[in-house]
Amino acid sequence: MMQPAITLQSCKLFSASVAVWILMVAMYPALAETRPAASVPPADLIQPADFAASLKSSSVPKPLILQVGFRTMYDQSHIPGSDYAGPGNMPAGLQVLSDRVSALPKETAIVIYCGCCPWSSCPNIAAAYDKLYGLGFTKVKVLYIADNFGTDWVDKGYPATKDHGLHTDTSR
Amino acid sequence: MSKSLCWIAAAALLVLLCGATTATKVGDVAPDFARADLAGRPVHLADYRGKLVLLNFWATWCAPCRKEMPLFSMWQRDYGAQGLQIVGVSMDDDVTSVKQLLAQRPVQYPIVMGDAKLGAQFGGVLGLPLSFLIDAQGRIVARYQGESDLARMEAKLKELLPRQRQ
Repeated sequence: MMQPAITLQSCKLFSASVAVWILMVAMYPALAETRPAASVPPADLIQPADFAASLKSSSVPKPLILQVGFRTMYDQSHIPGSDYAGPGNMPAGLQVLSDRVSALPKETAIVIYCGCCPWSSCPNIAAAYDKLYGLGFTKVKVLYIADNFGTDWVDKGYPATKDHGLHTDTSR
Repeated sequence: MSKSLCWIAAAALLVLLCGATTATKVGDVAPDFARADLAGRPVHLADYRGKLVLLNFWATWCAPCRKEMPLFSMWQRDYGAQGLQIVGVSMDDDVTSVKQLLAQRPVQYPIVMGDAKLGAQFGGVLGLPLSFLIDAQGRIVARYQGESDLARMEAKLKELLPRQRQ
């Protein structure tokens, strides 16, 4: 006879927990579950050294490069020629990304990167990757930044700049 | 006259460029800054001379940063009387999410909003978390980038406290 009472109590507790969680997520979006960067297939990752070398090469066609992290980070330093299209952890940021690529052919080569924090904690990259694939883009690569953009890109001497607002050519 | 003006302009530009590109490393005097905290109170780094300062760059979207903050808050409570002052600099693009987080998880130290300019002063904040330990003379004595060993950070901090526990 006790069993239904316990079940009812458990249900109430569970419902209350769910309600609290929904409320917290609504009030503070960063608590929302973000897909880990590790969910990006290894075949679609590109290493910093390889990407830096390809940027130097005049024979390799340049992809569209998009920084899908945070504006404060982009304003301090980014890969020359890259556009800001983020942040990937926010619906508004994903909309910026969608708008940026909306006029492009689906076979456009795109490289996205973030580097805001250690790879395992990056809240942006997997969401941006999923978004581009969801939009039908088939040649999306992700720059693998293990620790952060400073350590794994700038400190290695790979090309970086503070200039922005120069890349308004949306045909690519 | 116009030649002198050109020289002055060139010198000013050089000073600006040098200031913008100065890398901040251990042993350097920490760059000074003054900002208002989230409650509007002034926070001036130079005013903390004589204290040991832990300057923590963080953001709401940075999971390792959120993990550190409750501990930093405890350190402020436990070591504040011995001369520790923690200052948080949020690198969020928007203050709203910062206020929301702090309303839920308050900390016992001031938080100011950072930006690209402040980041550049500290050699570029190009990844979080990033913390600097600044001694009583205003000199950077340690730099912690990424997920740090917080037990080691606390040990270093205790060693450098201006007033040791009797």
